Amino acid sequence: MRKVAIIGTGLTKFGELWDISFRQMIVESGAQAIEDAGIDGKQIDAMYVGNMSAGQFIRQEHIASLIVDHAGLVPIPCTRVEGACASGGLALRQAVIAVASGIHDIVVVGGIEKMTDILTEQTTEALATAADQEWEAFVGATFPGLYALMARRHMYEYGTTEEQMAMVAVKNHHNACFNPCAQYQMEITVEDVLKSAPVDSPLKLLDCSPITDGAACLILAPAEKARQYTDTPILVAGTGQASDTLSLHDRPTLTGMRATVDASRIAHKMAGVGPRDIDFAEVHDCFTIAEIMAIEDLGFCNKGEGGKMTEQGETVLGSRIPINTSGGLKGKGHPVGATGIAQAVELVLQLRGEAGKRQVGGAEIGLCHNVGGSGGTAVVHVLKRGD
Amino acid sequence: MGVPRFWREIPNRYNLIGMKCGYCNKVFFPPRFICPSCRRKGKLDPHKLKGRGKIISFAVTHAAPNGFEDQVPYAIAIIELEEGPRLTAQVTDCDPDQVKIGDEVEMVFRRIGQEGNDGPIYYGYKGRKIS
Amino acid sequence: MDVGIVGYGVYIPRYRLKIEEAARIWGADAERVKRGLMVEEKAVPGPDEDTATIAVEAARNAVKQAGINPQEIGAIYVGSESHPYAVKPTATVVAEAIDATPDLTAADYEFACKAGTAGIQTCMGMVEAGMIKYGMAIGADTAQGAPGDPLEYTAAGGGGAFIVGKNGSETLAAIEGTYSYTTDMPDFWRREMRPYPRHGGRFTGKPAYFKHVLSAAYGLLRQLKLTPQDFAYAVFHQPNGKFPLQVAAELGFKKEQVMPGLLALKIGNTYSGATLIGLAAVLDQAKAGDRVLAVSYGSGAGSDAFSLVVRDALEAKRDASPKVLDYVKNKINIDYGTYAKFRQLLVR
Repeated sequence: MRKVAIIGTGLTKFGELWDISFRQMIVESGAQAIEDAGIDGKQIDAMYVGNMSAGQFIRQEHIASLIVDHAGLVPIPCTRVEGACASGGLALRQAVIAVASGIHDIVVVGGIEKMTDILTEQTTEALATAADQEWEAFVGATFPGLYALMARRHMYEYGTTEEQMAMVAVKNHHNACFNPCAQYQMEITVEDVLKSAPVDSPLKLLDCSPITDGAACLILAPAEKARQYTDTPILVAGTGQASDTLSLHDRPTLTGMRATVDASRIAHKMAGVGPRDIDFAEVHDCFTIAEIMAIEDLGFCNKGEGGKMTEQGETVLGSRIPINTSGGLKGKGHPVGATGIAQAVELVLQLRGEAGKRQVGGAEIGLCHNVGGSGGTAVVHVLKRGD
Repeated sequence: MGVPRFWREIPNRYNLIGMKCGYCNKVFFPPRFICPSCRRKGKLDPHKLKGRGKIISFAVTHAAPNGFEDQVPYAIAIIELEEGPRLTAQVTDCDPDQVKIGDEVEMVFRRIGQEGNDGPIYYGYKGRKIS
Repeated sequence: MDVGIVGYGVYIPRYRLKIEEAARIWGADAERVKRGLMVEEKAVPGPDEDTATIAVEAARNAVKQAGINPQEIGAIYVGSESHPYAVKPTATVVAEAIDATPDLTAADYEFACKAGTAGIQTCMGMVEAGMIKYGMAIGADTAQGAPGDPLEYTAAGGGGAFIVGKNGSETLAAIEGTYSYTTDMPDFWRREMRPYPRHGGRFTGKPAYFKHVLSAAYGLLRQLKLTPQDFAYAVFHQPNGKFPLQVAAELGFKKEQVMPGLLALKIGNTYSGATLIGLAAVLDQAKAGDRVLAVSYGSGAGSDAFSLVVRDALEAKRDASPKVLDYVKNKINIDYGTYAKFRQLLVR
């Protein structure tokens, strides 16, 4: 199996994009990526797109056809991949596998979600379909509720505090101030988080990632041909994916995600590195507790110490392993299907040295981590600077 | 939720009928159709759970989904039943601030929701603290 | 007659609205209201409760106490003025929830507050005729009282379930006889699609409640050739605390015979559940050999009177399920605003 590289990226602004439609977002991010890669549309062999729920958000299914059509790329094959909030990461992995296998050469992989065309309550309901409809949603469990169940147990077992969780949000908002594409460009304090309205206690409004529109795009090529297109190819050194039960109550532990642990192990092994070798990471902070569990599950600290690691400033810009330099889902925004791709875009920018004020000095190896639902799906990629 | 979908699950929702694998003796609730450990070797048969358990974790919901707005704030919990399986359910008949991890509960028959004022009424289980 | 009760169970919701609270909102003199009604507070169903959920818990308690196989229940009747559906029976929800389905008959009854006792009579007939082994009759309600109407002080939620079977070693109390008195009487009614009942004020007293309760009681006593002195207890339908004491006095019963079965003081008027909960409270403390009179009243109007004689099996079996007083004691007081929200008086 041949190695795969990323030769171009594209990213729309993330936010409530009232003026921009689903179709416009595809074209914008795709065009950027193609321009960035310096290729011609005619060279693209296939498309993969991650999207959680266009059917619920804009009443449109068959979006693979819509996207390839509006991108002007008919008749190449286009495949939509869905894995709730991990849709983007899964799409990336499918695209990597396609190129690695030799079936396709140049592949575009995008992620997109348009969430604000319906009312907030409807959006929340649509997101809740990532949970078990019969046995979680039906009985009144909300999506933040499921993460709140994990948070409370994490607090009970490890002494994690609401202040430590709040520090995740503070850090990510701070980082987002240096990201022109991020939804939020404002600092917040721990007190702001603690005083924000309770959503599903112990989680409050500012513990939760927002509702966002956005699209992100990557162009993949076989590593052996990457330098034909770019001086800064970024290697997809490892990819790993794993599953766990759909329902939170069917898992033996509520304080970590086995799918993350498994996916991470596979990705690290393939990349020939361990967690200690990772310089920085984009992790799935749909809620602040999710980042705390993620840095534990990914091996950046011991189980139960994610809160302490955050509190001691070991994940801020300039620290030993900056987490979510882009602002994360919390600060940058979380257009569900786009997130997994947007995380990889951040990795690429960092590894190329193009991350401006949020640049991680000496960034050689980055990791991105994308989760579906309450942990039923997880996908991890390890990216390295190419030779 | 469509009516056939709700109706199919009445024995599970009303009477906590789960499944037990005849091969490994593991009890499942909510019901499953294949034993994840034994797969084709397993044999799943209906098994009624007693309905007693303890709270493993809980959250207090303030931002309720459609149909639950009148109950805010309510406690939603993961309850581990005596026989082993865990389920998700609201905790009823108590102030959500009174709920603690480790509380013993019994599962009671309550109204879960309804499809508007014209649609069917959905009954099911909730946890009630055993004082 | 060779039938009796093989098991019974009740359910009373936890929440209570004190007379003081309702009086405060409507500008009434709480003490005067309390004295006039002889009620202190009423039981209020929570937002996730309705007649079906109340009936189910009462029924489950009855089955557990009886120790019978629910599959042997051949009939279930649920009587209420507040069935959750206008069309779709409560009885089938109960039947599923106690695992009595599918080999049984079921239906819902309505006859104001005596719908539950009507069900008992039906089950008696079916058991006596050998049609079924066991029949279950339930009276349960989440009673409605229009805001500000005097009924609001007492209209409460609760229910009782009774299982009837042929007399045998498992009988808790044998039913010696039953007598009913029925006339067409517009004392209290609720029209289709209207949320609250209307009533005839003082007309609901002498010509309605008292006439029918007295007539049914006298009818039964005559039929069985019994007098009040033959009874240890007398339970009457209890729309408030006063009426049962007044009708008991008129019949010649002493206050001590009536008080154990008079729960209205603490839980209000649970409508179709009232007489059954009162009877259950008496059975919770009665001894073998005690004779119990129970007379229900349903507006519209009618009264069903029963005479029961407690058997040996009662004392051993009754601890298997929560008692009436266990539910009465397990309470949380709520304010009027919470009550209004629970009872959906405030619609979003």
